[in-house]
This record gives sequence, C-alpha cells and structure tokens, in this order.
Amino acid sequence: MTEGDLGPLRSMWRIRAFEERVGQLTRANEVHGLVHLSAGQEAVAVGVCGQLRDDDAVYSGHRAHGHAIAKGAPLARVLAELMGRDGGLCRGLGGSMHLVDVEHGFLGATGVVGGNVPLALGSALAGRLAGGDQVAVVFFGDGAVQGGIFVESVNLATLWSLPVILVCENNGFAEFTPRSAHTNVERVSDVVAPYGLERETVDGNDLGAVREAFARFLAAARAGGGPALLECLTHRLRGHYEGDPQLYREALAAEEWQALDPILRLQRLGLAQGWLDEDEPARLEQEARDEVEEAVRLARESPFPDASLAAELVYA
Amino acid sequence: MPGADLTETTYLRAITTTLAEAMRVDPRVLVLGEDVAEGGPWGATAGLAEEFGAERVRNTPISEAAICGIAVGAAQSGLRPVVEIMFVDFVTLALDQLVNQAAKAHFMSGGQLRVPMVLRTQGGAGQRGGAQHSQSLEAWLTHVPGLKVVMPSTAADAAGLLAGAIADDNPVVYVENKTLYFRSEDVQEARRVQLGRAQVVRSGRDVTVVALSRLVHESLAAAEELAAEGIEVEVIDPRTLVPLDLDAIVDSVARTHRLVVAHEAVEHGGVGAEIAAEVQAAAFDELDAPIARVGAPFTPIPFSPPLEDAYLPGRDDVAAAVRSLL
Repeated sequence: MTEGDLGPLRSMWRIRAFEERVGQLTRANEVHGLVHLSAGQEAVAVGVCGQLRDDDAVYSGHRAHGHAIAKGAPLARVLAELMGRDGGLCRGLGGSMHLVDVEHGFLGATGVVGGNVPLALGSALAGRLAGGDQVAVVFFGDGAVQGGIFVESVNLATLWSLPVILVCENNGFAEFTPRSAHTNVERVSDVVAPYGLERETVDGNDLGAVREAFARFLAAARAGGGPALLECLTHRLRGHYEGDPQLYREALAAEEWQALDPILRLQRLGLAQGWLDEDEPARLEQEARDEVEEAVRLARESPFPDASLAAELVYA
Repeated sequence: MPGADLTETTYLRAITTTLAEAMRVDPRVLVLGEDVAEGGPWGATAGLAEEFGAERVRNTPISEAAICGIAVGAAQSGLRPVVEIMFVDFVTLALDQLVNQAAKAHFMSGGQLRVPMVLRTQGGAGQRGGAQHSQSLEAWLTHVPGLKVVMPSTAADAAGLLAGAIADDNPVVYVENKTLYFRSEDVQEARRVQLGRAQVVRSGRDVTVVALSRLVHESLAAAEELAAEGIEVEVIDPRTLVPLDLDAIVDSVARTHRLVVAHEAVEHGGVGAEIAAEVQAAAFDELDAPIARVGAPFTPIPFSPPLEDAYLPGRDDVAAAVRSLL
C-alpha cells in the first residue's frame, strides 16, 4: 500500500458521502422509487472498477450506485437520474436500478436479480470477436446465484472461455432472509466449482485484498484467459431499503461496524504505514461531502423531462 | 440484398440466403442457437458455419434465456446477433431477457443503448407436434413496447424482412411458420422490405381480409373460391405486426367497408383483436358490418390428427367469415 491508495480512498469516500446523502434525499422525497444503497461496500466497487477501462463493460444489479460512480459516472448525473431529471444519465427514464453510462462503459444496472449476467457474456463475446483485450464484469449478490440464468451463464462462459469476471458481493442475505434459508451451498465459489472456472473468495471489505485478487483475474482475462468468479464477502448494514436513513447511519456508527468498515480499515492502514497523515481522513471526508453537495445543487437545477420524451425513446 | 439469388427458392432457403448475404457484408452479424452450425432442424442455417466459421456461427446448449441474454449484451456492445429459438413455444424461457432487458434498454438508458438483435423463431401447427411445439405466440410480443415483430408469409418477404430486421437498430422478433418452409417460390427481385409496411397481395372491392403468415395463403385460396360467387376480396398482409401499417388497412376498409382479420393464433387475445380495435377507432364510419375475426379456438392444440385438423383455421373459416359480412 502506497500513496497510490489515496486515489482509491478518495473514491470510496465519494461513494460513501453520496450514498448517505441519497438516503436523506430519499426520505425527503427528492429521490424517488426503490433505492438500494451500497454504503459499506465501497471496497468492492473501487477495488474492481478502479482497475478497468472505459471500454470494459460493467453490469450490475439493483445496488449499483457505487459501481456506476467507481466506473466514472459523474455524481451530478447519477443524482439527477435518481431524482428523475432530464439531466440524469438516462434522462430520468431509468432511475436508481437502471443506471447506464455508456461513455464510461457502465452498460447497465438491472432490477431483475441476476437478469443481466448473460449480457456481460455478450459484451465479453463482442470484445473477443473485435480482437481486443476488453473484458466484461458483472456484479451481483449472493441471492442471484440460485437463479437458473446464473447457472446457464456460468456454463456458457466457461464453455466459450469468455473474458468475463463475475463479482459476487456475498453479504449472507437475499432481501430479508439469510443465505442458509435459500440453499445448502454456503459458499458461492462452491456453486460454480464443477464448471472449473478460476474463483476466489476474499474479504470484500479489504480494499487491498479485493484489488489484488481482481488484478490477477483481470490480467488473465486480458491475456485471453476465460472467465473467473470473485466472491467478496461483505456485511450488510441495516436498511436494505432506504425507508429510514437514520437506521443506516446508526448502523454505520455502531462499534461492531467500525471494525469492518472498509474506509476506516484503509485509513487505519494508511496511518500505520505512513502514507496518510492524521488530519487527512477528515479532510478527505469533507472534500467528498462538498463534492456531493455540489452534485445536489446541480441535480436540483435540472428540469424534469418533457412528457413527450417517453414516446420518442421507445425505438432507436 | 443485391446479389442475393432467390430465383427458384423456398421460404427456408430465402432465409439462409439472406443470412449468408448479411454475414458477408457485415462482419458484426453472427448467428447463435441450438444446432445452428449443423444447419438447424430444418436447414435454415445450412452452410453458414462452413463459410463463416465457428466464431460467428455458434452452437449453444439448451439455454434459451442465456442465449437471448448473450445476444442482448453482444448487441449492446456493437455486434448484430441473429439468435434462433427453435420453436416459438420456447420463447417463454427467454422472456425476461427479451422483455425486461432487450425491449427496454434503449428507453431506460435515455437513448444511450441500442440492441440491434434479431430473434428468429418459428411457430405453427398442422404437423402433429402437440400443444408445446405448435403454437402461434406473436400476440404476446406485440404487447411489449420496444420490440418490433414481423411475420413473413412468402419467400420474398422472408428474405426482405430478414434483411430489414438485421439492419434495424432495435430488437426484432422474426416469426416464421414451419408449414411454409418448403413452399417453392420464384423471387424475381430480391428487395429489403421496410419494417412497418403492409402489402396488398390481392385487390378487391367487397371485403378486406387482413391475414397473417400461413393464413395469407388460406385467405387467397378463399378469395379464389369467393370470386366464383362474385365476391371480390382484398387480401392484405401486414408483414410487420409492430409497428403496424394501420393506414394501409384503413385505406382498404375505406373502399370495401368490411373487414375480416385472420390468423392461426388463438382468436381470444390475438393480434386480430388489436387490429379490429384500432380499425374501429380510426374508421368506424367506414364500416358497414362488425369486424369479423378468424382464429383458433380457445384450447391448447390437440395432438390427434382429426382434432388438430379441426382446430386449425383455414380457407373455409375465412370464406365463411367473409360471407357473414355480406
């Protein structure tokens, strides 16, 4: 770990500050609909997306804000989308679960659990046929693994040796029930074992561990290797839905969480290793919150789209 | 399309020829499906693997959902996939990918994404395939904003609509009919058919019959029979179900004042219901009689040959519908 980690730390703070603010804005009815925050899971988003290029396709599930931001989506445009404004990434037509930023290679979040895992295979195939070294990445939770589409996709990804990296954020819960209520197979890595793809399970709250493992998978995929699965063990904060951001904040403040928090862990490491000064954590946090506040201002200025927009965008 | 030799062809060979031509011209076109490298169960993709190789003509396992999803992602990332789903009855397995992903990507992304894919499939009864291998399910797909749906009835249109579908930047469902595959036809001029354009296949002054797929031919046969009775039927093949060429139909009804809509699909909830509703809304004052529909009864398709034969809509049903309006 070096001064190079200030970048990732900054990215993680941006996501954290953004998600906390979105929680408040949802409560205030400025952000609408079904919103799933990824506060606490920043190490996976940054550890993975921070190593990708714009021409690497990334797909994600309903908890996608962090992934989109880490892939390069501008904060103001993400927030405007959550607010349903014309200045949003998707001109207000998608919302929180359907973020898309083609310019930065974020080809989409989906609200159908596991629904876009095969899309990542398709993008990987396109990259391969184009003769380049682009890879595709898809994020999903452990709940997606029990769906048929997941197994179909793993089979095809390995059969065709596609450069796709499957990143599972396993927080042990699918909506309200624990994994053990969904399946007898505890580890996601074990579900895919028969297909023979490269796989590894890491501590998803340890940026270094995520980054190091993903770097290896990424290099192999770019070199023509086949698919891989990175299982990131994470921990879910209370507040699957954002009905009460206060619950979320309390959870973030709890002592038990402090030991797990990926941002706090990275900062403790930075202080110990000397690449982070005592006053920097507070400064980084404030800079992130300032940047988010600017995004709020810009998003609020964006108008709602004209009602005629819907009919215009049914077909290309 | 220029260069496509369709003289003395069949509906099926027209598809193969068009696919090959499209793949020669555009390296982004690829074919995916079960057994496509071997030509497929009827030979629709015969010769393609030999000419274009395994990277562009890909056999898949029996995984309709993943196959369709891969096509969506590939299309979003710059390719122009043509996916084959062997029987339209199995589109059920791919519906999440088709309906929730493909159809909505352009819209939900605010116009950033395009999904230029074609999903080729076939339906139709009459070959004793039973209820799960014989359906006509196009009505479901016309109910999904974002999809386009085409149904060719002739070899010329099979070629033209497929070329049009491949060139279209939207997800297009291309529905063939298995009983039409081996119809011989001499296509004088191979032309790309613009999606959304109906064709008047027979002119007539007394009754308009809008027919889909196999029923186009049944309607023409009925028209011959009725002509001997002095009844002149105008037969229109919409060719594209969505977007529908309503103007062409209304134009015709403005002259004949009577309309029959005929399809092999179950009459209840079929495309005929939508066409009838749209025509009465647009041209109520032109109608001198209620709109009649011809479609299959509200039962699954029976296996037993005499029962399947009784089930299938045909020329007699169309003729009876026409007479009922006069």
